[in-house]
This record gives sequence, structure tokens and C-alpha cells, in this order.
Amino acid sequence: MASRPKAADRPAASSLLATLWARSSRVRTVLTVLVATVIVWELVCRLLALPPILLPAPTLVFVDLMKSPDWILIHTGYTLFATLAGFALAVIIGIALAVGIVYSPLLERTLYTLLVAFNSLPKVALAPLFIIWLGTGMSPKIAIALVIAIFAIVIDMVLGLRSVDPDMLDLAKTCNASPLQTLMKIRFPNALPSLFAGMKVAISLALVGAIVGEFVAADRGLGYVILSAQGLFDTTRMFSGLVVLGVLGTILFFLIDLAERLMLPWHVSRRSEAAPAPRHTP
Amino acid sequence: MGSARDRPKDEATDVQDPITPAHEPPYVRIRNLDKVYQSRRGPVPALAGISLDIRDHEFLSIVGPSGCGKSTLLKCVAGLADISAGTIEIDGRNVVAGTPENLGMVFQRDVLLDWRTVIDNILLPVEFRRQRKSEWTDRGSKLLELFGLRGYERRFPWELSGGQRQRVAICRALLTDPRLLLMDEPFGALDALTRDELNFELQRIWLETRKTILFITHSITEAVFLGDRVIVMSHHPGRIEETITVDIPRPRRLSVRETPAFGAYTAEIRTTFERLGIMKKEN
Repeated sequence: MASRPKAADRPAASSLLATLWARSSRVRTVLTVLVATVIVWELVCRLLALPPILLPAPTLVFVDLMKSPDWILIHTGYTLFATLAGFALAVIIGIALAVGIVYSPLLERTLYTLLVAFNSLPKVALAPLFIIWLGTGMSPKIAIALVIAIFAIVIDMVLGLRSVDPDMLDLAKTCNASPLQTLMKIRFPNALPSLFAGMKVAISLALVGAIVGEFVAADRGLGYVILSAQGLFDTTRMFSGLVVLGVLGTILFFLIDLAERLMLPWHVSRRSEAAPAPRHTP
Repeated sequence: MGSARDRPKDEATDVQDPITPAHEPPYVRIRNLDKVYQSRRGPVPALAGISLDIRDHEFLSIVGPSGCGKSTLLKCVAGLADISAGTIEIDGRNVVAGTPENLGMVFQRDVLLDWRTVIDNILLPVEFRRQRKSEWTDRGSKLLELFGLRGYERRFPWELSGGQRQRVAICRALLTDPRLLLMDEPFGALDALTRDELNFELQRIWLETRKTILFITHSITEAVFLGDRVIVMSHHPGRIEETITVDIPRPRRLSVRETPAFGAYTAEIRTTFERLGIMKKEN
């Protein structure tokens, strides 16, 4: 203890760095794991002399990506657009359905039952049908992303809207609040943590939906890149598509996580309270 | 006696009858109130034949064991629960017709909205009543100051302690200057020291504002310390067993609880609970 320098003696810049270093521990862990995986992957390919048609080394994938970055980027753009459009529609329609289900016993009995039944159907199997209905353009991909993602939104939003402290509703009643005010000022904000939990699941599902759509019929998008490379036995190109897809999915997930942190500081703080950080030991 | 409220003699000695003498119209008048819950096994009576008056500016405590229906009674007064028989009138108006216009309510949990700052939580009632928030901000800040929370306007509930949160909840209930304040075990979830502190503060604020307060608690000490009168309830079904007028001058200090006069009141209530089998007799 005595050998520890006093905080006041330390220059400000280094203590700032120390804070950043301490705060970034999660990010550092993730990066370390990723880098280690890539290194092991590269080593396995080289030491076992695996043919690239089975498993291309990360360096080969990187070279392939750098050969035509614009081309990859354009296809990524298509997939991203279908994912985000499907996701946005899922959120908007999902919230509207959830409000309807919570407020109308009739909708709860009919629509909710239908949704639960519908969810047990593998929605991937609907993709060929959407192609017939909507053609081979962007719209069937958006539709499939929407259909796959919406269930998570509806379920979590219904749960969030319902889990209101009854005393809170009593409080609103004693203030003569209208049903709309109760929804907007109490139920809806109260449901936001649940909505974000649903959105984190839904964004990944929307990406799955977009790719499935591209697998079935497309001439663009990352799904098309992977499928056409398979036709040519270009495994390296397939891995290029997969790597970009993985990066895209991760970024989308963390963007929602970031939005949650910015919009719901009250919720995030309570969550971190539940799982206290390990105590710092010198 | 040394009552700070200078009541007429006959009223001060009115021990058994919870109903006000005819010459003073009560602010809240409850007559023959029954409340029956329908359960799967049939009707369950929660309240039976409750008749009581709450006078204007009176601090009325209700004490009883859990499950005696005291919270139900408060909900009935607030117009939040249906009644099975009888009448409740507030200022001559029947409560069944709708929730009373201007009523403050404090719950056992503070029910603050986590996503709103302290001041926005306090201003919630005027938002619900579609009034301009800006006209009430000053009053909200003054109330915070009254409870020793000056400068806490922009804090969030999760940054406050349990006692501070409950103070904010009381500020919210007082914002629109209601004549009637309903408090449902407001300090029941707090630690003993904070509870003492808030008991004292509540008395101070009541002496300044003279609200009519219906205060529900399961603490005999708290009921006697705060109340002008204490109504003792029994359970299965909830009935009024006894009404006690607490003739201890105000402001009462916390140390009054160690005086023989105070002890006589709490002993009387304890004896009633023992007689009813709600509390076990010692030795």
C-alpha cells in the first residue's frame, strides 16, 4: 500500500489513460479473443497445408477482399438496406401490434394466438412464396426480414407494456390521466428496456431474413456473393462474404446496444448494479 | 388539555365514536362501507360496516395487521376500488361518481418513474391534468426545499436513497396542493432511522400545510406519533375496533415516544390487538 503513488502526484494525462485502460477492459477482451482466433486459424492452415478450397487462410481472405473492395461494399450495401428496412418495419408494426394486443382483449385472443401459431412455422420456408408474390427485387428480402424479426419485437413489447407496477397505474388514475397519457407517459417508457431486448434479437434475425431472401433468388447482396462463389467452388470468396456478414451483424448489434445506453441510462445503470464490477485490487 | 388544535372538549374526549358530532361537517364521510372480493371459492369480505369521518385538517392514522383491508379502504376513498355497499363522500360528493378532483396519494413504494428527473417526476400530476408545467416548476422546487432536497431537481431517481425517493414521492403528491392526502404505509419499506426522520418531517409539513391526511400503517408507534386520532382495525373481515384520540401537544418530538402518556396510548392499542388475538399476549 505504501509503495502506491498518491493520485495527486500522478500527472493528469496518465491518469486519463489509466481510466481509459480500465474502462476498455471488455473491448480489450473481445479484441484479444478475435485476434487469437485469426492467428490460430492462419497457423492451422499453414501447418496442416490445408487446400484453400477446404479452408482458406485469413491472409487469403484478406487479399480477396482487397482485390475488389468496392464490389463487396456494394453488395454489403444491398444486404444492409434489406436488413435495416425489414428491421425498421418489424419495429414499427411490432410496436403497433403489441399496443393493440395489450389494450384489446379481442386482439389478444385472436391476433396473439395466430402469432404464436405462426411463429412455430419455420419462416425460412416462406421465402419461395414471397418470391412468387413480390418478385425477385428488394421487396421480398425486406418482407422475409420483417416476418422473421417481428415476432421477437411483439413478444417482448407485450411483456414490457404489461409489466407495469399497478401502483403506477393507480397514481395515473388519481391524476385523472387519459388512457393515451397512461400509454405514452407510463406504459411505453416502462416497456423500452424490453423493446431493446427484443430489438437486439430482431436485428440479427432480420439479417438472417435478408440473406435467406438472397439465397432463394437474387443477383446482388452478400447472400448472392456467397451462393455464386459456391457455384464456382471459390471457397475464399465465400469466406470473404461470411467475414463481412459477421462484421456487419456484430456492428448492427452493438449499434443497438449503444442506442440503449444513450436512451436508457436509468435502465443500464440498474443492470450494472445487479452485476457489480469486480473490485479493483492494486 | 394541551392540544395544539384547540378542539372543543366534547370532541377531544370522543374516544369510542369515530363519527363527528353533527355541528362540524366532516371532509370525508364513510358510512356502512362493505367491500367483498369475488374469489374462486366464493365471496371474501374484506371490509365490513366501516363508518368513519375524517375532519378537515385532521391527521387520521389507521393501524391494523396485514390483511385487515386498510389499503383497500384507502383505495375505496381514492375511487380506485369499487365498493360493495355503503357510501363514501368527500366534501359532500360521492366518490363512486369518479375519482376526487384534487387528491394526493403516496404509496409504500415510491413509484417514481425511473426515466424522469426528480422535478419531472414531481410535475407528472400537472402533465396528466394538461396544465402548463412551467407554471408549476417553482412550486416543485419549493417543495423539494421543504424536504431538504434543494438542488436535486435534475437528479434521477436511481441516484437517490430510499428516504430521498419517498420524499420526492410526497412532493409529487403535494404539488397541486390537494386538500386530502392519502398515504398507504409510505415509510414501511424504509430503515428505522430514515423512518423516524420522515415521521418528524411529515409532522412538520402537516403543521405548516394542514392537509387532511389519511395515513395507513402497521406500526402502532407511528400511528400514535403522527395521528390526531388513531383508528384500530381488525381483520377477516376488516372492521373498526376502536378509535383513540391522541391528546399529545404538537409539535411532538421523537422523544415523546418514551413518555408514559405516549406509552399509555400504544399499550391501549396493543391490548386491543391482544384481545382480538392479532397479537399474542406476552408470558
